[in-house]
Amino acid sequence: MHKLWVSTYKEMLLLVRDLGGIAILFIMPILLLIVITLVQDSTFKTISDIKIPVLLVDNDKGEVSKNIIENLSESNSFEILQKSSEEQAKEAVFLGKYQLAIVIPENLSTSLQKKVDQNVEGILSKFGLEEDSLAVAKEVIPQKEVRLYFDPATQVSFKSSVKNGIEKMISKIETQSIYKAFQTELGDEDAEPIFETENFIAFKEILQTKNNEEIIPNSAQHNVPAWTLFAIFFIIVPLSINLVKEKNQGTFVRLRTQPVNYATVLSGKTIVYLGVCLIQFTLMLLVGIYLFPAMGLPGIDVSGKLLMLYIVALFSGLAAIGLGLLLGTIAKTQEQSAPFGSTLVVILAALGGVWVPVFVMPKFMQMISKISPMNWGLEAFYDVFLRNVGFVKILPEISLLLLFFLITIIIAIIYNRRKNAV
Amino acid sequence: MIQINQLSKKYKGAEDFSVKELTLKVEEGQIYGLLGPNGAGKTTLISMLTSLLKPTSGSFSINGLNFKEHKNQLKQLMGIVPQEYALYPTLTAYENLYYFGSMYGIKSEILKKSINGHLDIMGLSKFANKKTATFSGGMKRRVNLIAGILHQPKVLFLDEPTVGVDVQSKNVIIDHLKLLNQQGTTIVYTSHHLNEAEIFCTRVAIIDRGEIVIKGIPSELIKNQTGANSLEDVFLAQTGKALRDYA
Repeated sequence: MHKLWVSTYKEMLLLVRDLGGIAILFIMPILLLIVITLVQDSTFKTISDIKIPVLLVDNDKGEVSKNIIENLSESNSFEILQKSSEEQAKEAVFLGKYQLAIVIPENLSTSLQKKVDQNVEGILSKFGLEEDSLAVAKEVIPQKEVRLYFDPATQVSFKSSVKNGIEKMISKIETQSIYKAFQTELGDEDAEPIFETENFIAFKEILQTKNNEEIIPNSAQHNVPAWTLFAIFFIIVPLSINLVKEKNQGTFVRLRTQPVNYATVLSGKTIVYLGVCLIQFTLMLLVGIYLFPAMGLPGIDVSGKLLMLYIVALFSGLAAIGLGLLLGTIAKTQEQSAPFGSTLVVILAALGGVWVPVFVMPKFMQMISKISPMNWGLEAFYDVFLRNVGFVKILPEISLLLLFFLITIIIAIIYNRRKNAV
Repeated sequence: MIQINQLSKKYKGAEDFSVKELTLKVEEGQIYGLLGPNGAGKTTLISMLTSLLKPTSGSFSINGLNFKEHKNQLKQLMGIVPQEYALYPTLTAYENLYYFGSMYGIKSEILKKSINGHLDIMGLSKFANKKTATFSGGMKRRVNLIAGILHQPKVLFLDEPTVGVDVQSKNVIIDHLKLLNQQGTTIVYTSHHLNEAEIFCTRVAIIDRGEIVIKGIPSELIKNQTGANSLEDVFLAQTGKALRDYA
C-alpha cells in the first residue's frame, strides 16, 4: 500500500511540475467546449439570428415569384439579394461567394395559372358544371423549373433542408392557386373564401417534463457531455507519453529491477489521471453552468443529477485511462504514442456519436459504434443530462466502461510481463 | 555468490551471439570487474543478471536463487546502477531517492535517514531539494548510485558508474563503493577505465565478442602477461588493437 501511495505522490509531483502540460490539460478542453457550443448554438435556436445571403434571379416578375420572395423573406433564414442575370448568379455561387442562388423561370406565374385553370376546368366539366364544355384543343403547357445553384462546398444536409423548404413552399403556392381557380370558376371570386388553405393536419412535438415543466434540449446540454467526454478521452495522449518517457529516461528500467509489480506502477498513474479527468469535468460543468449564460449561450441544469454525472465521468475516465496505459505500454516512442493516441480519440469520438448521431450512421457503422467506449459514455451522459433516468438505467453503460478499463489494464500487464519475461 | 553457467544471448535478427556460453563465478565480498571493448557483451551480461534481458540459453543463480522461482527475493537483495541516469529530471534528488527507496519497501523513517546519510557522504546534501535536471553529469551519477544502494543490497551491479564524470566525482563514487564492499556488498561492475579497475577490482574478467578471454586477479594478470606493465597492456594483448565499432 505504501508503494502505491508513493507512486501516486510521484505521479502527482511529475504532473504539477509541468505547468504547461497542466494548462493544456485543463484550458484546451474548455476552449474546445466554448468554441463548439458557440458554433453549434445557432442550429439549436428556433429563430436564428443569422441570415444566409441568397441570390435570386426573378425572370417571372409575377404573382408566384412575388410569393416565393415573400415566403423566403418571412422564413428569417435568408437574406434575399436580387440579381438580374442567371449567369452572374451562377458564377458567384460556383466561386463560393454565396451558398445558394434561386432562379425563377420566365412566365412561371402565367404558366402556373394556365395549368391550374386547365385542370380545374377539366374537373368541373366532368361534373357538368362548366358552361362551355365543348372540347377545345388543350394547350400544352411545358413544365417549369425553379433552378437552384449551390456552392460546391455546401454540405449535403444544408442542401437537403433548402430543397425541402423550397419544394414545400412551391407546393403550397400551387395548392393555393388551385383553390383560387376553383373559387373563380365557381363565380364567387369576391365572396367569402370557400376553401381554407391552411393545413388541416398539424404536428406538435411533445417534450419530456420535469416538475410539470417541459425540458427543452439546448446546444449546451448536447455539447457539454459530448465534448467533456472527448476531453476526458484525450487523457490517452499525455498518459501514454508519460509511460513512454519512463522507458526512454531509464526510470522504467530501474523499476523493472525493483520488487514492485507493474500493476502498482499503473495504479499510481490511474489515481492521478483519474483526478485530472474529474477536475476537467468539474471545470467544464462550471463553464456550462456559469460561463455560458454570461456569454449569452444557454446554460446547463445539473440540479439533482450531479452525483450521477460524476459517476459517469468517473467510469468514462477509467475507460480512457485504461486505453492510455495500454497504448503507453505498447508504444516504444512518443512519435508512436502521441499521433496514434490523438487519432484514436478522434476515431472513437466519430464512432461514439460525438459529431454525427449514431442513428444516422449506416447499419454497419452503428454496430461498430456499439463497441466504442465513447458511445457508452455519451449515452450514459445523455441518459442523465437529457433523458433524466435513474442510476439503474445507466448501470449497463458504466459496467461496460469499467469492464473496458479492466480488460485494457489486464492486457497491458500481460503484455508487459511477456515483453520483459526472464 | 553468483554462479553463471553457459549463459548465452543472441538478439533477434543478430548474426552473432552477444554473450556466448559464458561461465563465471563471483565469490561473496569480491569486487568483480567485467572489462572489454565496445560491444563485447558486458552490458548484455549485466542486463541478464539483473532480470532486464532474457537469456537465450544457459543459467545463473545469485545466492543460490534464480529469477524464475525467486524473482522478488532476488530483486530485494540486489542493487543496480544503470549506465544511463535513471532519474526523473523534474523531481528533486531527495524525491527521486525517496521514490526508488520506497519501491524496495524500506520504511519511511529508515529511508529518510539512509537518503540523508548517502547524500552527505556523496557531497550532495545541499542539493537535496534541487531538481536533478539542473545537476551536472557527476552529480547525476552520484544520485544514480545512491538510488541503487539505499536498500543495502547484498550484490551491486554497476554498469559504467564513472563514465563521463570528473576526477573528483569519480573518487567520491569509488570511495563509496569501497566502503559498501567493506560493509559486505559484493560488487560486479563494468568499465572502460582500466586504471580504475586495476586499483578498484579484486578480480577482473576481460570479455571480447561475448566470451571471456582471460580472468583473474589484476596484479597476477599483469605479471603473467609478457611485457605488460598495466591492465591496459593485458587488455590490448588479449583483445588486439583493431577498432570495435558496431551498430
